[in-house]
Amino acid sequence: MARAVSNPRKALNTAIAWGIGLLIFFPILWTILTSFKTEAEAIANPPVFLAFDWTLENYSVVQERSNYMRFLWNSVFIAGGSTLLGVIIAVPAAWSMAFVPSKRTKDILLWMLSTKMLPAVGVLYPIYLLCIQLGVLDNRYALVVILMLINLPIIVWMLYTYFKEIPGEILEAARMDGAGLKEEILYVLTPMAVPGIASTLLLNFILAWNEAFWTLNLTAVDAAPLTAFIASYSSPEGLFFAKLSAASTMAIAPILILGWFSQKQLVRGLTFGAVK
Amino acid sequence: MSSKTLIRTTSALALCLTASAALAQDTTITIATVNNGDMIRMQGYTDQFTEATGIAVEWVTLEENVLRQRVTTDITTNGGQFDIMTIGMYETPIWGANGWLVPLDGLSEDYNVDDILPAMRGGLSHEGTLYAAPFYGESSMVMYRTDLMEAAGLEMPDAPTWEFIREAAAAMTDRENDVNGICLRGKPGWGEGGAFITAMSNSFGARWFDMDWNAQFDTQPWLDTLTFFEGMMSESGPAGYATNGFNENLSLFQQGLCGMWIDATVAASFVTNPEDSEVADSVGFALAPDNGLGVRSNWLWAWALAIPAGTQQADAALQFIEWATSADYIELVAENEGWANVPPGARTSLYENPDYISVPFAQMTLDSILSADPNNSTVEPSPYVGIQFAAIPEFAGIASEVSQEFSAFYAGQQTVEEALANAQAITSEAMEAAGY
Repeated sequence: MARAVSNPRKALNTAIAWGIGLLIFFPILWTILTSFKTEAEAIANPPVFLAFDWTLENYSVVQERSNYMRFLWNSVFIAGGSTLLGVIIAVPAAWSMAFVPSKRTKDILLWMLSTKMLPAVGVLYPIYLLCIQLGVLDNRYALVVILMLINLPIIVWMLYTYFKEIPGEILEAARMDGAGLKEEILYVLTPMAVPGIASTLLLNFILAWNEAFWTLNLTAVDAAPLTAFIASYSSPEGLFFAKLSAASTMAIAPILILGWFSQKQLVRGLTFGAVK
Repeated sequence: MSSKTLIRTTSALALCLTASAALAQDTTITIATVNNGDMIRMQGYTDQFTEATGIAVEWVTLEENVLRQRVTTDITTNGGQFDIMTIGMYETPIWGANGWLVPLDGLSEDYNVDDILPAMRGGLSHEGTLYAAPFYGESSMVMYRTDLMEAAGLEMPDAPTWEFIREAAAAMTDRENDVNGICLRGKPGWGEGGAFITAMSNSFGARWFDMDWNAQFDTQPWLDTLTFFEGMMSESGPAGYATNGFNENLSLFQQGLCGMWIDATVAASFVTNPEDSEVADSVGFALAPDNGLGVRSNWLWAWALAIPAGTQQADAALQFIEWATSADYIELVAENEGWANVPPGARTSLYENPDYISVPFAQMTLDSILSADPNNSTVEPSPYVGIQFAAIPEFAGIASEVSQEFSAFYAGQQTVEEALANAQAITSEAMEAAGY
């Protein structure tokens, strides 16, 4: 039974939640506002919040200078491809770890996670040389594989956690009814874990979308995604904050919209199994 | 010659021309570059180059530090991702010596390589061979508010001393109205605060290494430099100057919150542009200060175009470099955007042009560039080439760490003695490990 909460307490909780939400969202809001200012207004002191001459000039300049659609398509391809490939590999892996664990399962899980502890720059040269040897520098497919491998430990861990919440007896019942391994995973396990799989997909899509080390170091023209698009507007010698903000807004807009529409699934997935 | 032969010869010639034109149109070169005003402007004129030569150009524009990491990875692995790289005076002689760059000895007579300013040509060469062509060059100088200087009852000499700068800064400071007498770089990073303090230390008689490559941070001139810098900035600098770099100071100056700013000459066109700067009509210029020891505190830098040895299209790349760094390109920009917007500091002929020399900051930029000598940058002899850097591969890593120690001192997190002792230990250890 839900605990009764008094009205003033409820109002206070709501205010605190909104306050924290706004605080987290403020940098994004400021970036979006700055993108509509002139360069002079962008650095004005004291800063101007809303009372400035709104202009679309920065967007126009960015559109003129860069092929936004090419960067966008590369981001969608790389983030989408790596996430899908990762989930396809991770579902059977997480299933075996959750439902038929061996005595080494925990060690394997920990070892997988430990690969995330290695600084990316430590393997830059080996990966770069491999890409040269294989002729896949500045290649979207290569980045799909590399980002998939980077995010695979997280995908496996997330799915493993969700699968652990599903009673093994249900899968046993399915097996007794004659379901094979394929049917068990596809028709029994997956539908029950949809919220978990959806949030895993979304979170990893966001991680791959924002990945800015490999996508900057292994691309030039053909495979450069939106991270390279933003980097092209950053400058330590010259004030281009308004244009940089316009480029950033254009780069985060698709993922922001995706997150907005799928927030219900995302929250459901992230809190899956949190309360028993 | 019979008519048949004539027809055959003409047909063969036409075929050859068509084939070569088709080949030229199929050629695409990829250029890695930085995001600054001059480079972005050049991208806008690329279509004219393509129309004239049939060579298409793809640009990869990156932030300076990202670019440096990106092109370094590519050139050291012979990746061949780029046909032209935008690099600076620090990388060029080192990469040239390693055989990573194509020597630019095939430049045409029309290009007139002797027109490149000698200081730039020297800094972009190794053992007399030019490895990169300067697109624009810069030194550093004093930019100051003429109205505030006048109100303080002082007159800026053309070649001021550090003592005068400190005195003027104190006189121009108005804390009530947030006006800081002086704004300088204190931000960590070898190209940020590290570059400024190294150039400044030269005028105090300091140097990074003695002739045997021993670190010199335990000497009196370094103590004097840091003590003077911190003292002046505490008296007259902005709050939090330890994290201010070029952009932060540019922003402060443009808003009228700095009396003086000593930084790259390229900033002169920003602070005198009425569209962005509130103080555009009251900016004066002077040479970077000295201490009477015969060395000023200005640096020398050039952004230059070089051809990596791994490229398959060296000829097309050379054609582009000839076009982009030529006197004709400068005229093209001047025609369309005015003389104040042409890439400065690369060619002697630009400073002989009466149209350009009438731009307020042109003469002082030239004087600053001419007074900088990368081969004799210190009072005591030093074994390295470079003013705000030492052109050895280890320098960037060492100087980044050392500048962090200095910034920690500016921020009050450690004493000057601790900062210098740490700098000495970092540098000595790294140089020993590198086999010096």
